[in-house]
Amino acid sequence: MNMKTVYLDNNATTRVAPEVLEAMLPYFSELYGNPSSMHSFGGQVAQKIREAREQVAALIGASPEEIIFTSCGTESDNAAIRSALATQPEKRHIVTSRVEHPAIKSLCLNLAGQGYRFTELAVEKNGILDLEQLVKSLTPDTAVISLMWANNETGVIFPVEEAAEIARERGIPFHTDAVQAVGKLPIDMKKNAIDMLSLSGHKLHAPKGIGSLYVRKGTRFSPFLIGGHQERGRRGGTENTPSIVGLGKACELAGRHLAMENTTVRRLRDKLETALLSHIPKSRVNGDTEQRLPNTSNISFEFIEGEGILLMMNEYGICASSGSACTSGSLQPSHVLRAMGVPFTMAHGSIRFSLSVYNTEEEIDFVIQKLPAIIERLRGMSPYWTSVSQACETE
Amino acid sequence: MWEYTDKVREHFLNPRNVGEVEQPDGVAEVGSIACGDALKLSFKLDENKRIKEAKFKTFGCASAIASSSALTEMIKGMTLEEAAQVSNKDIAGYLGGLPDEKMHCSVMGKEALEKAIENYSGSPAKEPGERIICECFGVTDRDIERAIRDNNLSTVEDVTNYTKAGGGCGNCQEAIQDIIDRVRAEARPAGVPKLTNIQKIRKIEEALEKEIRPSLKHDGGDIELVDVIGNRVIVATRGACATCKASGITLKHFVEAKLRDLVSPDLNIEEVVP
Repeated sequence: MNMKTVYLDNNATTRVAPEVLEAMLPYFSELYGNPSSMHSFGGQVAQKIREAREQVAALIGASPEEIIFTSCGTESDNAAIRSALATQPEKRHIVTSRVEHPAIKSLCLNLAGQGYRFTELAVEKNGILDLEQLVKSLTPDTAVISLMWANNETGVIFPVEEAAEIARERGIPFHTDAVQAVGKLPIDMKKNAIDMLSLSGHKLHAPKGIGSLYVRKGTRFSPFLIGGHQERGRRGGTENTPSIVGLGKACELAGRHLAMENTTVRRLRDKLETALLSHIPKSRVNGDTEQRLPNTSNISFEFIEGEGILLMMNEYGICASSGSACTSGSLQPSHVLRAMGVPFTMAHGSIRFSLSVYNTEEEIDFVIQKLPAIIERLRGMSPYWTSVSQACETE
Repeated sequence: MWEYTDKVREHFLNPRNVGEVEQPDGVAEVGSIACGDALKLSFKLDENKRIKEAKFKTFGCASAIASSSALTEMIKGMTLEEAAQVSNKDIAGYLGGLPDEKMHCSVMGKEALEKAIENYSGSPAKEPGERIICECFGVTDRDIERAIRDNNLSTVEDVTNYTKAGGGCGNCQEAIQDIIDRVRAEARPAGVPKLTNIQKIRKIEEALEKEIRPSLKHDGGDIELVDVIGNRVIVATRGACATCKASGITLKHFVEAKLRDLVSPDLNIEEVVP
């Protein structure tokens, strides 16, 4: 059976844009030189890396020398936090939030075992961060604040630019994991006080295995990967040239597509969300619907479990993800939904749809057509749904 | 994505016996929405006291639904005595196996069956002295003991996979380890005849051939017995296993567990260094 894939899991990863792949291919074959070499065969690759650096910088309003290429978003996050700690050895406190990606969350837990303390700021029911809390959490011992720009599960946006102002007033380095935000929101580093920003290639149609860390000029930096003089000594290791070229191209495309994210993609997301909520009783959106990425919708279908929904959607080629315990590989539902106080009946049945510029109206219509029956079928098997539906009938 | 067998997928996509039996002879509900899975099982007996009809309603993942469907198919036609003998292993076996992390789904089926039979016979649902060990998932010492005995579990992680106990806050993990130590100590009765070395090697070879190799070969791997020194079973991995990073886990969790189960609980597996 030749089933069409309807890919609505773009916060997990994205397809490599055809233009990106095309730009990369020569660097796997004939242009294999080492950019550090003294011959022009390598030198032409170095020139291309310079271009890619400019393309990445342009997307976020940075200067090219503020861009460090890394292997992924996780490496960028690790490099940023560890640099802030290494350059201020007398300070032992980290401030972050309860809903961070594991790249930050697990790193903080790990550092806690090495004598550091960390504060995880709580979020409100809609996933929004209260900045008063941030102010209260800061101490003279605080070495770094790290808050994600947009949440991967709910799409909820944190006021990181305001938070960075608070940090700057107190002389505390501010890092943001902007992996989900770059390419979806307009970002201009010239107009904010953020010191370090992580981004990841595969979330914006570049391949997996390439990321970048923005480090504001003048920010003290201590390298995470120590080795050669690459990246001006800030990240050792021979450059992953094809992927760097790919990331550059992807950033250029993202810049061009940015308006589309907020028109076409947003409209399709809203259409999907509105239709599902109206066709499916006992469903609701997790996270604030205003302060949110234009491509993400996290919907809970009460009294059923997310894995079943995903596998039944899979039968139609529809790809999404869930915050249920069964799909997370742990026994508890998503830490993000728990931090927001989403009730268990809702958290287990949460599905995240995340769109990209490559999604079409037909695909969205297809999901709207298929999903209500899937939910009804699973609810027909659920012992909790029976009692709820009976209670509704007698009302 | 979980690696479910075709049978699990088939039972999930086309579950048998969904619903509730009218005027049931036995009914039980186990699990809870907070735990992430729950099962309501009901059955009716015929004039010969055999299970005529069994139905389920399940809140949970694909393997929970498939386990419930399998259970209702398995027990139809059985007497209650026969049904009481169905173990969680049988349920998983009927489905061609479940991923380790999903074994608790089969355990939930077994628990529901047991409680539904108790509901029919009127015997007490809880044994006196039973005590909650895992507060997060409401798992008792008896649940844990039985999972260890029935499935020959040896680590806290195993117990979590099979019962969920210890998978929440983790505070009870020490208590679980104590139960494992206790049960495993009890499980070594003095009466078991000691095997001679030749008998032991033969039994190991037989277990490898019948129970272990077929599974490994399915994934393109193989295993060879190199030596047996006391209770040390020295093996070499071949094929896909030899290059697989997870082969250490397979050896410990699958091969060693099988050999302990089938040959002697004292065996320890070691991989020969290439």
